[in-house]
Amino acid sequence: MGGYGFYVWGSYIVTFICIAGEIILISNRRRTLERQFSLIHDLDNKETKNETTS
Amino acid sequence: MAINWFKYSSPASFYTLAGKMIPFFVVLAIVLLIAGLYVGFFVAPTDFQQGEAYRIIFIHVPAAWMSMFLYVVMAFWAGIGLAFNTRLSSMFATAIAPTGAMFTFLALWTGALWGKPMWGTWWVWDARLTSELILLFLYIGFMSLQAAIDDPRRADKAGAILALVGVVNIPIIYFSVQWWNTLHQGASVSVNQAPAMATTMLMGMLIMVFASWMYSIAVILKRVRVIILERESHAAWVAELQKKGAI
Repeated sequence: MGGYGFYVWGSYIVTFICIAGEIILISNRRRTLERQFSLIHDLDNKETKNETTS
Repeated sequence: MAINWFKYSSPASFYTLAGKMIPFFVVLAIVLLIAGLYVGFFVAPTDFQQGEAYRIIFIHVPAAWMSMFLYVVMAFWAGIGLAFNTRLSSMFATAIAPTGAMFTFLALWTGALWGKPMWGTWWVWDARLTSELILLFLYIGFMSLQAAIDDPRRADKAGAILALVGVVNIPIIYFSVQWWNTLHQGASVSVNQAPAMATTMLMGMLIMVFASWMYSIAVILKRVRVIILERESHAAWVAELQKKGAI
């Protein structure tokens, strides 16, 4: 890079780190939400089962 | 056959539509990114003055344009949400802010790494750089204000007012290089005159601009779907989707 490698790659590397970070953060946020939903779903099922058996 | 656009203003129907659109924009973003990087690094020549350092332009300019464009789009949706009390519009504004802030940070970061070898300094209180820094503070302010208010609907309204007030900063950023005597160069690309750039350099830059546009749409749609689920978790349609395993 004609002696400018630090500046050019420093720009590109940080850019791709930010993009990867943003995608990972959104995916984590969605996974947390899906886990909550399945927990609620399981609890609902358990409650309906208790109602029928008791 | 009249298209009922208002059908997609409901979070439930938009959630499904967005899910179908995301793959399309992801593929476009990846293809354009590869093409842009190829043109930028293998087709565009070395600059006679700046040597290879100018190749930072292929992310600096797209990031700067996206930082301004996304703020205007964010303020637009926030304004629509405030005026018409439409939940999805406000959710969209909330979904745009982090991506806009990221591009603003990248514009400042890549600008500093370009400025050091060319201007001899990482930072200077130049009108263009300072107004872009204010834009970053506006994005962070918008996100902090919304996070500080528990009720989402009140947070939307407060954020909308801040976003709308901050729109005045966008023309200031854009015209700063003309209004003030700035170290930052003037517009190389503008609507009313021929570009002051070699064609291949310009092509590489414009392809990267479109790549960042497609990326933004894909990421924002992905984030707005998560926000919709968070806010509508009590709704029957979410339970329905959960049962079908189509969340």
